[in-house]
Amino acid sequence: MLMYVVRRLLQAIPVFLGTTFLIYFMVFSMPGDPIIALFGDKTPNPAVLAAIREQYNLDEPFIVQYFLYLQNLVTGNLGVTFSGQEVVDVLSRAFPVTLKLVAMAVVIEFILAVVIGLISGLRKGGIIDNANLVTALVLSSVPPFVALFVAQYFIGIKLGWAPVTVGANATWGSMLLPAIVIALTIYVTGMRLMRGSVIEAQSADYVRTAAAKGLTARRIIPVHVARNSLIPVVTNTAASFGALIAGTTVTEGIFNIPGVGKVLYDAILRGENATVVSFVTILTILYVIVNILVDLLYAVLDPRIRYV
Amino acid sequence: MTDTTVQTSASGRPLADPSKPLVQVKDLEVTFKTGTGDVHAVRGVSFDIYPGETVAIVGESGSGKSTTATALIKLLAGNGRISGGKVLVEGKDITGYSERQMASVRGGVIGYVPQDPMSNLNPVWSVGFQVREAIRANGVASGRKDIQAKAIEVLQQAGLADAERRMEQYPHQFSGGMRQRVLIGIGLGADPKLLIADEPTSALDVTVQKVILDHLESLTRELNTALLLITHDLGLAAERASKLIVMHRGRIVESGDSLEILQHPQHPYTKQLIAAAPSLASRRIHSSTGAAVTEGVDAIDMLKLAVKHEDTEAVIEAAPVMVSVKDLRKTYSIRRGGFKSEPLHAVDGISFEIHKGTTLALVGESGSGKSTAARLVLGLEPPTEGEIVVGGQNMAGASAKQLFDLRRRMQVVFQDPYASLDPQRSIGAIIAEPLKVHGVGDRVSRHARVEELLEQVALPTELAHRYPNELSGGQRQRVAIARALALKPEVVVLDEAVSALDVLVQAQILQLLADLQEELGLTYLFITHDLAVVRVVADAVAVMEQGKIVEAGPTDEIFENAQQPYTQRLLDAIPGAGIEFGN
Repeated sequence: MLMYVVRRLLQAIPVFLGTTFLIYFMVFSMPGDPIIALFGDKTPNPAVLAAIREQYNLDEPFIVQYFLYLQNLVTGNLGVTFSGQEVVDVLSRAFPVTLKLVAMAVVIEFILAVVIGLISGLRKGGIIDNANLVTALVLSSVPPFVALFVAQYFIGIKLGWAPVTVGANATWGSMLLPAIVIALTIYVTGMRLMRGSVIEAQSADYVRTAAAKGLTARRIIPVHVARNSLIPVVTNTAASFGALIAGTTVTEGIFNIPGVGKVLYDAILRGENATVVSFVTILTILYVIVNILVDLLYAVLDPRIRYV
Repeated sequence: MTDTTVQTSASGRPLADPSKPLVQVKDLEVTFKTGTGDVHAVRGVSFDIYPGETVAIVGESGSGKSTTATALIKLLAGNGRISGGKVLVEGKDITGYSERQMASVRGGVIGYVPQDPMSNLNPVWSVGFQVREAIRANGVASGRKDIQAKAIEVLQQAGLADAERRMEQYPHQFSGGMRQRVLIGIGLGADPKLLIADEPTSALDVTVQKVILDHLESLTRELNTALLLITHDLGLAAERASKLIVMHRGRIVESGDSLEILQHPQHPYTKQLIAAAPSLASRRIHSSTGAAVTEGVDAIDMLKLAVKHEDTEAVIEAAPVMVSVKDLRKTYSIRRGGFKSEPLHAVDGISFEIHKGTTLALVGESGSGKSTAARLVLGLEPPTEGEIVVGGQNMAGASAKQLFDLRRRMQVVFQDPYASLDPQRSIGAIIAEPLKVHGVGDRVSRHARVEELLEQVALPTELAHRYPNELSGGQRQRVAIARALALKPEVVVLDEAVSALDVLVQAQILQLLADLQEELGLTYLFITHDLAVVRVVADAVAVMEQGKIVEAGPTDEIFENAQQPYTQRLLDAIPGAGIEFGN
């Protein structure tokens, strides 16, 4: 088990180097000069320009800049933004917000997927099942940003049941509405997995054996049907956790949530290489860790899987 | 029979009145709803089971024997229902029972041991959990400690001596035989009055099968549990049950005392079944083509026509060697955690020769290395060491081109006719594929060859346009044989090629193989675990144990005078070995 975790973490090193290099290269090749853009319409003094360039190592060739950046990264120095803030500080403010949002969304998604999938699977072909499948089809074909706008307009503005925007003070309650909307747009995959596994499990030999022991449905369904069906759903949910953290830009933009997505978006617009690369690097590391955790969780759920 | 002076069974339960039937089945009918209409799987079946008695239902697949058994506890597949008749359990009709009422019948009154030990235990719960659950549900014991103690007790009774230590292990950490013991433990866990055992050992090796059945027999006798044994194996049924019920197409064709039925069968179907069952008393099947065979002769007569050739051995010696294997070894490395691994000698230095036109049977239990040996001979895997010469061509030094040509001379038929045919392709396309791969002929001539092959394996030529799912198991295996014969091979490897088939179909396929061998001069390497089959197909036998050949020689010699205890054990384990069948 430990060997497995160590090996997976070692594998993450080339992934980490590859992504940082790629991101650094892409941000570097973006059109426009960020330093000149800083001055807006004014024509800057060439001496000032050169000084700023030197401060940010922008006068060095690309590859040197990259290695200087890596060197700083390893020593924990993520650099400063153009407005003079430490990138570390920006990160430590933005990450908890996004984590809260995503955690809420994922928990809601998981509950929806498991409960609806189970009911639907048990009542395969019935009215509830069909109604659920149609609803799922509709929900999964609505683009997330449309769903977010609609929810914001009707529930936030018209009904006033939830804050329209979140703002600087991102509490759990204020982010509940966007979390529910995200969950509704992504629960369908998990629900279908659950439904399919439940249908399959119901005709499994071990479920028949369980009935032959004299167990009642009240025990068979949670212990033998639902428990076995959870395995693919958990994997799916955990995988979407990583994707969601990296993909909250739209949600955070619409609801004005000061999370990772929004900071990253602004940084890209301003061409702040250090901020962009640092954020993406952290996201990559997080993604790798989440994936390792998913694999370990899989072993907990399915005793047949043992990592050596 | 039962000693009437004994008032309680070993479990302390008062004995039921032995004169009153425990279960009475009256005119039972079961219907399955399918896309193409209703299928009547069981049509008016009636029988009684008395306390403590052992009854066996025998029949081929599709005869309705398993359906009858599952109907007794109302665990039919989703599209099935009891459409008529009564099932009286201790005098009460359960056909109208709700699921909740059934829960009190299942486990406590009627226990059930399913067929496949691999799929009948829930893989995510420990073995102990699954046994405790059965005990708790039926109120046999209460309180954590008592339940645990009872669980250990039933598992030990079922033959898991180290149950205490293995309680928290998961099903995948147990072998098939051990899992079957766990299932028997679960079935007996709640002290049922009747235990239904649905092919409880058909997935297991003969030696394991014997141990498990012995155990089941002594346990049910000890606890005075009635046993309903569902099996396709006549010998097994006769050996274990006092009463026999023979089912065919949803009906009971014959029932009564089991020895009486086996020795003096009345119904033609029972006679057919008995004749087709290979037993130790059988002799090598020879081609029936030489004898006067009339249309419509069934398997039973063909077997009788088979004449024993006195000079078989001399003929074998005279034929040239077709396949020669010397010091063949195959070693796999098994990972043992971290970077450690240990070698597994799957095939550990075996040597044998097969003469042209003869059959060598490679027998052994699962894990003995017989299938690995077949894969090596076929060139599907490279050997670690040793020499394989097929028809004068050494496989080790062969170029890719030579190997490709060699494959043309050597074909294979696998065990499972359901898995070895591509469901997406028509029968014609499946049989023609090897011809296409080897660039034999054009479209027209290949089509003609497919028809010829279908005729050779006694299938109608119209089948060429059908798909595997429209065929029965026996028909599929014929298709697999036709495919193997397409390239006119000299050597055919038959890897458990008849193990998955019903006895009647098995007899037909064995006859077909014998005919083809005589007609085409084929050399067979026959891989099997079934010694009764070996007796009727093989000229020579090699017995494998743990990768080594422990005994080899002419079939009759080995069967009549086995030298090795392992071979003797395999022979003794054949169900019904000591019973003389009538006809």
